[in-house]
Order: sequence, then C-alpha cells, then structure tokens
Amino acid sequence: MIKKTALLLSALLIGWQIQAQETFPVNGVADKRDGCYAFTNATIVKESATTLTNATLVIREGKIVAIGTTGVVIPKDAVVIDCKDKYIYPSFIDVYTDYGMSSAQQAGSARAGFNFNAPAQITSNTKGAYGWNQAIHPETDAVRQFAVDDAKAKIWRDLGFGSVLSHNKDGIARGSGAALTLANENENSVVLKDRASAHYSFNKGTSAQSYPSSLMGSIALIRQSYLDAQWYKNNSAKEGLNLSLKSWNDLQTLPQIFESDDKWNDLRAAKIGKEFGVQYIIKGGGNEYQRIADIAATQSPFIIGLNFPTTMDVEDPTDARAVSLGDMKHWELAPSNPGAMEKAGINFCLTVADLKDPKTFYTNLRKAIEMGLSENKALDALTKTPANLIGVYDKVGSLEVGKLANFIITSGPVFAEKTSFLQNWVQGNKYSIKDDNWNEVKGMYTLAITGAGGTANYTLDVKSAAAASVIGKDTLTGKFSHDGKMVKLSFSTQPARRAGGGTNTGGGMGGGMGRTPAQYRLSGVANGNTWNGTGEDTAGNKVTWTANWSTTALATVDSAKKRPAVTARVGQVAYPFNGYGWETSPKQETMLIKNATIWTNEKEGKLEGADVLIRNGKIVKVGKNLSEEGARVFDGTGKHVTAGIIDEHSHIAAASINEGGQSVTSEVRIADNLNPEDINIYRQLSGGVTTSHILHGSANTIGGQTQLIKLRWGANADELMFKGWDPFIKFALGENVKRSTSQNNNRFPDSRMGVEQILTDAFARASDYDKAMKANPTSTRRDLELDAIAEIINKKRFITCHSYVQSEITAALRAGEKYGVTFNTFTHIMEGYKVADKMKAHGSSASTFSDWWYYKVEVTDANAYNAAIMHKVGLNVCINSDDAEMARRLNQEAGKTIRYGGVSEEDALKMVTLNPAKALHVDNRVGSLKAGKDADLVIWSDNPLSVYAKAEKTIVDGIVYFDREKDLEQRKKINAERFRLTQKMIGEKRAGGITRPAEPSWQILMGCGDHEHKDGIYTIDAEDQQTLR
Amino acid sequence: MKKTLWSCLLSISLLPAGAQEVIYPAKEFKGKTFITNGTIHVGNGTVIENGTVVISNGKITSVGTGAGSPGSDARVIDAKGKHVYPGLILANTDIGLKEIANGVRASNDYTELGEFNSNIRAITAYNTDSRVMAVLRSNGILLASVAPQGGSVSGSSTIVQLDAWNWEDAAYQMDAGMHITLPSFISRGGGRRFAGFPGFPGAGGADAGKSTLEKVEEIKSFFRQAKAYIQEPVHSNVNLKLEAMRLLIEKKQKLFVHGDQIKQMLIAIDFAKEFGVDVVIVGGSESFQIADLLKANNISVILDQCLNLPATEDDDIDQPFKTPAALQKAGVLYCISDDDANTRYRNLSYNAGIAATFGLTKEEALSAITLNAAKILGVEGKTGSIEVGKDANIVVSEGDLLDMKSSTVTDALIQGRQINLDNKQKQLYERYKYKYSLK
Repeated sequence: MIKKTALLLSALLIGWQIQAQETFPVNGVADKRDGCYAFTNATIVKESATTLTNATLVIREGKIVAIGTTGVVIPKDAVVIDCKDKYIYPSFIDVYTDYGMSSAQQAGSARAGFNFNAPAQITSNTKGAYGWNQAIHPETDAVRQFAVDDAKAKIWRDLGFGSVLSHNKDGIARGSGAALTLANENENSVVLKDRASAHYSFNKGTSAQSYPSSLMGSIALIRQSYLDAQWYKNNSAKEGLNLSLKSWNDLQTLPQIFESDDKWNDLRAAKIGKEFGVQYIIKGGGNEYQRIADIAATQSPFIIGLNFPTTMDVEDPTDARAVSLGDMKHWELAPSNPGAMEKAGINFCLTVADLKDPKTFYTNLRKAIEMGLSENKALDALTKTPANLIGVYDKVGSLEVGKLANFIITSGPVFAEKTSFLQNWVQGNKYSIKDDNWNEVKGMYTLAITGAGGTANYTLDVKSAAAASVIGKDTLTGKFSHDGKMVKLSFSTQPARRAGGGTNTGGGMGGGMGRTPAQYRLSGVANGNTWNGTGEDTAGNKVTWTANWSTTALATVDSAKKRPAVTARVGQVAYPFNGYGWETSPKQETMLIKNATIWTNEKEGKLEGADVLIRNGKIVKVGKNLSEEGARVFDGTGKHVTAGIIDEHSHIAAASINEGGQSVTSEVRIADNLNPEDINIYRQLSGGVTTSHILHGSANTIGGQTQLIKLRWGANADELMFKGWDPFIKFALGENVKRSTSQNNNRFPDSRMGVEQILTDAFARASDYDKAMKANPTSTRRDLELDAIAEIINKKRFITCHSYVQSEITAALRAGEKYGVTFNTFTHIMEGYKVADKMKAHGSSASTFSDWWYYKVEVTDANAYNAAIMHKVGLNVCINSDDAEMARRLNQEAGKTIRYGGVSEEDALKMVTLNPAKALHVDNRVGSLKAGKDADLVIWSDNPLSVYAKAEKTIVDGIVYFDREKDLEQRKKINAERFRLTQKMIGEKRAGGITRPAEPSWQILMGCGDHEHKDGIYTIDAEDQQTLR
Repeated sequence: MKKTLWSCLLSISLLPAGAQEVIYPAKEFKGKTFITNGTIHVGNGTVIENGTVVISNGKITSVGTGAGSPGSDARVIDAKGKHVYPGLILANTDIGLKEIANGVRASNDYTELGEFNSNIRAITAYNTDSRVMAVLRSNGILLASVAPQGGSVSGSSTIVQLDAWNWEDAAYQMDAGMHITLPSFISRGGGRRFAGFPGFPGAGGADAGKSTLEKVEEIKSFFRQAKAYIQEPVHSNVNLKLEAMRLLIEKKQKLFVHGDQIKQMLIAIDFAKEFGVDVVIVGGSESFQIADLLKANNISVILDQCLNLPATEDDDIDQPFKTPAALQKAGVLYCISDDDANTRYRNLSYNAGIAATFGLTKEEALSAITLNAAKILGVEGKTGSIEVGKDANIVVSEGDLLDMKSSTVTDALIQGRQINLDNKQKQLYERYKYKYSLK
C-alpha cells in the first residue's frame, strides 16, 4: 500500500544536535533543541523476548523517554512519525572493530615463522619507558587514538549497527578498546565507555622484533607477561617504571577479549586464560563447529564472524583436484557454525569484522539461519549479548526508558530477505539507510505521456525503488528511480537488443553500449499514488506525464527460491575435519591376534606361531594357544606383530616448530600448539608409528619444550598427549644455531665457541635462579625460560640435543657435567661414532638417521655405519625420522642397520621401538610386547625390517586407528564425497552464484629447518615459505 | 686372538682412513670374466637360477646355465647364493655438479643464469672425484644421467659411468638429452586455514594459468626459432643457443621435460606433437592421473620422487609408492630415479623395492631402475640388462638388492672392469672399529 508520510519524513528531520559540551564555545547563535520524537503504530522489538505491537516510542535528547502500547503520552513538542507496518529494533552492536583507528595494522605477522636468513631485531623499537617487547603494548588506549569517521560509520550504520567497540588491531597485547556510538558528532559525544575492554592476540602484527616468531612463542610471551605484571605490582623499584606492565595490570579488571581466529587457537587462548584466572571473550574463526564440544567446554563467550567461503570454480577437474575435501566440507558447513554454537549453549555475538564485503552480512546471516541459527539468538547476538559482554547494556542493546535512542526502523521482520532497513537512529539522530523504501512503491501504474502529438499510454511495472519496466507493445526496460519523493524514468520505445550484437562476449554488461536508441526522459514528484512530471520524448519534444497506481505488483519469483533447497544432504563433521577423519570414532576393543610371528623385544625374543591378547587398552598376555571369550580375533598366520614404532624426532602435528627469536627460548612449548588434524598423523599410522616425540626445531641453541604424543587420530590436543611422561626439551648445536646460511647474522652465537658459552651461561643463570627462587619465592621474578632450565638441573626435565660433529658434542657434555646436567639424548648425532665412548661414559642415548649424509658441511663425515658402531659400543641407539615422509617407513630405516654394520634383526627393530622408549623414559609403558604394557602394536604383512612389509593394522591403546582394508573403503568415500561437493559447487556456479578460482589446499609441512624435506606439489614447507629459496 | 688383531691392523694399514683418494678407478680388462652360479636377474623380467655370465673384453658374451668352465686365465667371481643384476642407472641426477648443496655455494655447479641455456652442457662441470660416487657405486649404481638445472631451457645432459678419472673418461653417451623445465600451473595465492594460521601462504589467488601459458609460448617460440635457424646452413651471426638445439631438432637427442603437474605433462605432450621429438617427463608426480594419455602419445616418464608424501591431502596415502604400478599397468615406458637430497641418491634400489611392495613384481621393479632407464636414456643397445652384446655393467649382491636388509653389494663391474667398492663411510667404519676394538 502507498503511504502518505513520505513528505513529512523527508522534510522535517533536520537533526538534533548532541549538546554534551557545555565547555565548547558556539560560533553563532545558540541552537539547543530537545530532539523529541514519537514513533507511533510500530511493531517494537524491545529485545528478542519482548515484542510490542501497535506501540509507541518517544525519545528526547538522544534517549528513550517512553515506550509501550498503552499509556504512552505523546509530548506536545514531539515530532510524530507514523510507523504503521514498520518494525523498530534496538540497533546492533559490533564489538570487534577498529572503527576510527588510524594506525597501520596487521602488517607483520607472528604466524610468519622463523627466518633462518634474516638479521635479527633483538630489542623493541618503541621509544620510552615501556616493556621489552614491541608486540606487548597494553598502554595503547583506543579512546586516545580514535577519530570519528563518518564514511566508515555509515558502513556499519547501513547494516543496522548503532555502536561499536573499537580497538587497535595490532600486536599481542593491544591495549584497551573504547565503546563508541556511530553518530556523526564530535568525539566527546560518541564515547559510551572510554576503556571498555582489553585486547589480545597471538599475532605480533607490525612489530618487527624477532621474538616471538612462532605461535608457541606468542603464547609463552603472554604467559610471561602475566607473571611479570604480577611481580611488578610489588617490585616496581627493581624494574624502574615500566608503563607496559603498569597498563597491563590496570586493564585486568576490564572484559578481556582475545582474537584467535581458529578453533584450535580458541582452545589455546582459553587454556592461557584458565592458567591466569581470566575468562576471555574469544574472537573465533568460524570453524568452531568442527570441535564444538571442546569449544563449549571452555565456557567462553565468543565473537563470531560470518565470512563463509565463497564457492570455488571447480569445473576444471585438474584445478578441483587441488582442493581438499576438508576445504570443500568447510565451504558447505561454515554457515552452520552459529547454529552449532547456539545448540551447544555457547554465548556469542556476531561481528562484521571478517567480511571482505560487509554487504554480504545479511545474506550470510540468513544462510546461518537456514542452517540452524534461531532468529532470536541472532538478534541477541547483535544486541543484548555484546552490550552485556562489554558492560554497556545500561545504555544500549535493548529499547528501554533511559537507554540511548539507538534503534533501527525496518520495513518488516529484521532478518527477512525482503525487509529493508529504512532508518538508523543513533543517539536520537536519524541516519537514512533506505528511506526511499519507507513507502511501498512496488506495483502497476498507468502511465500517460502527453505531448504535442497527443497522449501515449503505457503500463509502468515498478519492481522496486530502483527498477521498473514500461509495457507498451513490448516490455521495455528503462532506468527508474524513486527516492521517496523524486521519480525519474527513462526508456526507449524499442525493445532492448538481446544477447549482445554477436561480438559482445563480455557477459552482457556492455550490451547496447554502442548506438543508444533515443529515449523518453521523464522526471517528476511522487504524491502518494499519483506521480506527475515533465520530460522529453524520443525526438526531444517537451511532454508532461502522469502515473497512477492501479494494482499491486505481479507475482515475481523470489530470488530465495532459486537457491537449491537447504534440505539437500549436507556432509557430516568428521574428526579430524578432513577426508580421512572419522565420522564415528573407533573404540577400544578386546582383541586376540592368533598364530603370528611376535617380536616381543623382551627376553623371549621372537616367538613363532604365538598369540597376543589385548584388553582395556593394555596387553594382557603374550604366548601360545591363548583364547578369550568375546574377543575380536585376527588370524596372524604369516604375519608379524611388533610393538608400535616410536619416532624419537618428529615435527608433525604442530602449528609451529621453531621459535628462533632468541638463542635461548626454553619457555616455549610444543604442547601449546599441537595440531591434531595434521594428515601426517594418519599417514604415519599407516607406517606403524604409534608414538612420536614432537621436537622444537633447531633454530637456536636452547629451543623449546617438546611433547610426546600418541597418534590418536581424531583426538584433540590434550587427548593426543602421552600422559605421564618425563618432560623433555630440545637443544641444538652447530650450523643452524650459529645461522651459517645467513650472510648477516647478528644473533649471538656465530660460532661453535659461542654455542658452548650459550649453554654454560644458561646453566649458570638457571642455577642461580633456582637458588634464588628457593630462598625467596615471593620476591624472585618467575622466569619461564629459567624455570625450564632449572628443571633440567633438578632432573625433572631432560635434553634431546640436535648435534652433528664431535667437537660440539664433547663441548656440550662437558658444559653439562659442570652443572650436573646429563644430555639424555643426542639426536642426529651423525658423528656419534667418533665419540661413542664419551657419550656412553656420560650416559647419553643416541638417535640418528640411518643413511643421511652430505647435505651440508657438518654432515660430511656422516656415516651409514654410525648406528651400528654406537650400538656395538653399547649405547642405546634409536633411528628417527625428523621427516614426515620418512616416518612412514622407519621400519625400513631400521632394516638398513643390518646392511650397514650387521646389526641383528631383533636389535635393529628395537632401534625404532624399545630403544626410543628407553631414551624417552617410557619403556615401562611402550616399546615391547609384554603383559601390562600399553596395547600399542602393529600387524605387518611381512618381516617388519623388509622393504616388502606393510603395516596392515596399527593399534594404539587397544584401538585400531589404522586398518588397511578400511583405508581402501575410506578412499572410495572420499571420492564419493568429493564428487557430491564438486557437483554442488558447480550447481551454485551455474545458478549464477558468485565464484572464485579454485584455490589449492596447501599442506603446510613443518620442519626443523635443518635439511630438505620431501614435499608434494601441493605442499608448502614452512621454512621454504620464509626463506623463499 | 693375536692373529685377528694383526689382520685387523693390516687391513687398516691398507686402507688409510678418511681418504678416498686411494680408491682408484679400475683399469681396462681385456680377459674373460666368469660370474658363476648366481641367480641372474637379466633386467627384462627373466630370472636364471644358478646361472653364469661370461664377459670378454668388457662385453657380455654369454648368459645362461651352461657356460662351460672358465679357463685358468679367466677371472672368476663366485656368485653362489648371490644375486646378479644389471648395473643400476640413476636416470636423472646432479651428481658431480652439486657437492655440498646447502651453505656452500662454491661447491655447486648445477644451475646457470639465464632463461634459454640450450648451449649449457652438464658434462663440462662434472666432477668425477665427488665424494658421492663411491657411495653410489657401493649400492650398485653404476651409470647416471647428469643434467643441468636452471632457466626454462637448462641445457644438455650426459650419461656417465661412475668409475672414471675425468669427465671425458666418464662420458658414456655424450649430450644425450636436452632439458627444459615448465612453469607451474598452480597459483600460490590462497587463504587456507591451517591450525590457526589463516591465510598462511599469503592472500590473493592470481590466475596462474594465463601467465604460465605465456611462458610456455616463449619456450615454444625459442624452439621454433631454433628449428628455423638450423634449416639455414650459413649465418652471418652465429647463435650458440639456437645452434645447440641442433641435436634435438635433428632427433639425435631426447627432450626431457621437468614437471610434476598434470597440466605441465599435457604441455609436454604438446611439445612432442609440435616438434616431433621424443619426450621424457622428469618428475611426473601426477602422472598416474593421465597414464593412458602418456601411453597413447609415447611419452616416457622418469619418476624421481617415489618417496614423497602424497601430493594432496585426499590422495591415497601410498600414492607415490604405487604410481610406478599405475604406469606399468597402463603400458607407459617409465623408470624410477632418486633425487633425495638427504641421502644423496644412494637408495635407488630401495625405491624400486617399495614400488614392488605396492604393485610391481620384483622383476618389473628391477627393470624400472635398469632396462627401462636405459631405454628412456636411449642406451638400451649398450646397457640396462644382462644380455649378450651389451657392456658388462653388472652388480653382485649377497641378497635381494631391492630390500635394504639384504642388499650388500659384493662385486660390481663397469664395462667389464671390476671396480673398487670401497668408500669413505666404509673406511670410517674400519677406523672406528679399530678405535673401539670392535669386530
């Protein structure tokens, strides 16, 4: 229906000046106004649970003074706006913005990793009495930096937002955020709360300081900052003024917001929060649905974006091949994220933050609603929830007397596809969004154009305020606009040429660009149902025209109906979220393997025709003629059974490996950034690996704390860890730590002489620290770096040391011995054969490669006979992989010690099973087949030391995690699911959906930075990525 | 006790440790050699149990079970209980050009500056005294095709035998192949989420296809100009780069196209069609996807990365292991090589062993590192199998050469010369057995 209020609206709303500043002089005549308005006959949604129909809202001086259905007295001085058929909602709040912030943000990136070749920036470049690390700047106050920016504000306002929380999106500790309205007034007037929040991330942003250069480094830095700030409270005299630590403490009472941008990072952030008693509000990554139970368990409130992946163009099968099933599934399931969070009872709000094109916010929100998000929850997530989270619900977030007059007026229910956002009122001031839609203009009109030659009659079919066609003999598409008052129309009397002129293959956009036929050009004024105006005909003669509304619009196809029905099958979440993930996790079973060759690794040696019984995740018995009621029985005839392979040196399953920012980074922990979804976990299970020792890389002398894991495919980070092990730490010597490949190294040490001193200095400092901590536990500053080294001195933590040449090995032994430190394991240890006697006297294990050599200077004397010599001297010798590919065939690598040096078969196998278990102090749990040990074992098709052996089943904790037969089925499933999703993407493309080129799903391979890895063509070596070699 | 110690000391004094300078290339041998009573793996699929190979003047003169008895002047290698194989061939490598790759630029001579380096010849920089050779020989690798890298057209490769005094001596087939490298068709842009590292490889995803095709066109244009240049015998300005294409254009060389991606291989087929040359793909990770096409177009493949991870996350977990079987099944002429920089190519025979575990027969796997390689390199008339008339390039192993645990090489002959299988690693082994008094 056509309304008659348009004139009223556009004519009278000049604006109420927010007049908070008594102190400001006026240039001119005082012009104070109350800005009193009454909005009548509206459907008012006060908050998601309370909707008033036929209600009235009264505002004055930027605040709500009355709201209700009955008993609302409309003040005499109120400007009355009839809102019949309109809806009024509290305006929305986006708590994840950098609105009004000017600084360059996010240029750098902690995710970049360590660059072996670049010179180091050891200290902060920030001048002043601040802290040591450039990425920790809690002293930054958004409220001191922001400036009102109406062009930016309009982007949010047009989406219905009335206020935002803004902060400087740069660095790890980012300072405070300010809650602001989006009014176009001076800065003084728009601040809801000057320090409303404190902000953090894992990303060092623009800081060019070397440390931290990894995710685990960022985590360590945050943890240390909490400790330092605590200590600073009582020990500021020792430190001197440290504005960063002071501000850190000042901000602790505010809501703490952590940007993590990914499901695993969400959990990492929550873990830090738990350690320091902080409940972070977490800015998630949109993939929370992939681990929703873990996410819910954090009990954190979340801020969630709606940046769902754009459909990829997968019509070219070669391009499509590069897109992983995981990425395809995420494309399909990303819109289910908000719904999944709602279902899991997670408190969350929504942000525009991640969208490249903010205009897609509602399209995406509607997709989320289609996939399970309730409209009420969506509304809460945009109003009440964010307001509560940042403590401004007393001012915004619902429509109540006393709150700010921040509301939107819409043409219908707020999330409906056809609804237009008409006006957005901020602090009592109107901002038009689509005022021209205030009146429904859609419909059929009779159009009469009168000129010298008489009157021509047409039918005008107005489809919207911006589109109409003119129907005469033919249907003529014209240009039309209706802004609520003014009407413009131009059209040609000839039908538009269809399908271009034959040469135009540009997609139709340029159609008719050549010789434009003469057009009627009309303009006029709308007075409700009747529009009048003047214009020119196709020959340039003056005409007048009238259009009268006749009927409502013809039924048109709703664009929503073109989309494929959402009832179409969607994929399931798999754990891990990739092709080889489980939809149903495998369970622990009672199993009996019969009549196999059992390599016990115990004094029984190799048993022929023997059985193994497994129950409750443990080995119950090894022997002959075993039986067990209800056990799943495997026929082991012709097969070999061994303990699961243990890889002493691995870099899989972690999000970062090298923290090279400093020469001593014992504070960083691989455990902080495990990546349980690394496909290499599954691939290595297929090679019989059950336990892996995930080491820090070799970028620095004292690297990070390592993590022993079991390859529990599908587990989360905590479940992946090997429980109850002795913690270890990675050390490294030689070329990498002295940065031999860098032409301009400025980080100490630059020689093996310096490496020895780094070791000695670390032991000396830790030893002093340990004494100080024991003597004065309260006033001694807790230092995570020295904590870890003190643990080594106190034999609570053990070293595995990357090493190559005999000089450095001997130097390390002697440096350790001075402080009572034993080097538990030397890894790589390519010249171990030269100092095997010294290592034996010291008590070290050796973990080496079978036959690597000559890929850099320090492995010139590397020797395939190394393992055999060390073994014969009496060392505990392991063969490790240090390589995601080679770990799949460590059994074969062990087999090489038979060929190089004549090691016995049983001793060879121990080098990848029992010996690493010993080196890692877990030989009471794993490494051999013995009653009471963990049921980690492998069924092989052949002698496990032979190139012809395949792992048929790999069992961890009595759970079959790899089964070669099931793997074959899984391949078929992957193909079927890829086919389904490819077809679905192609369908979206053909239906006219927006697409982007297929993007290869790069597999990021972590390495220690020591040597080349065997990458596939869709693999990026994390170090290669840095050094661009 | 005393006696063993004495013999131990004696052997040490004979083998000065840490020096491979005393490992001499073997001299030419004109007499007859009998390798007797071994299991002979001919290389073409045939196995002869309890067989004897007779060699005369460097050539194989007899292979079979009834070779007669060697005369008193003949050299006899008793292969009883052992396995006899054709010498293994590393079909594409940088040995002799790349000594210590990482951090020692001066030791590297495998790439050259410039885009169109057809005039570059790998053999001119080939160092016969590289430390790598002795280790390879002791694992049965006796021949290798040494190729340059760098640029789009990298230059020509030469097949060498690995027991030589200098490069002229080493050359087995001079300038046998011309090598080109095709640009990547995969755009490196992207915003993949990886364990909390959104957008790790950097934002944006340019269309790699178009600029790649332009680059391919530049290479083709170079080929076309070379073809035209060679038609004209007289030139006022000699162009070394174009002239260097003569062997290829006249089909006396094969074209080795380096590329792993499907689209690169399709382009390689295009080169074969337009220029009528024999094309060999080097790399071929994704060759299993288009095996039929390769067969139909007579394109052969050198698989040099059998021990890679699967190319994509969704690929079969054992895909690189079973790619040889896929090519075998499709009838493609392929061979297996080894470009593993960490082991310096010593594991060629085990690469074949893994391929045998994943779908090849053991003899097919052996062909993939012997006869097939010889065919691809165009030297099957001289080597690649133990057949009468061919050079006596032969390896004797205690056990199955494809299985690491049993693959101890005891004897090897190149062109009938029984070569020294010692190497620095063995010498260091002896040295430290001595230090620790080990047996």
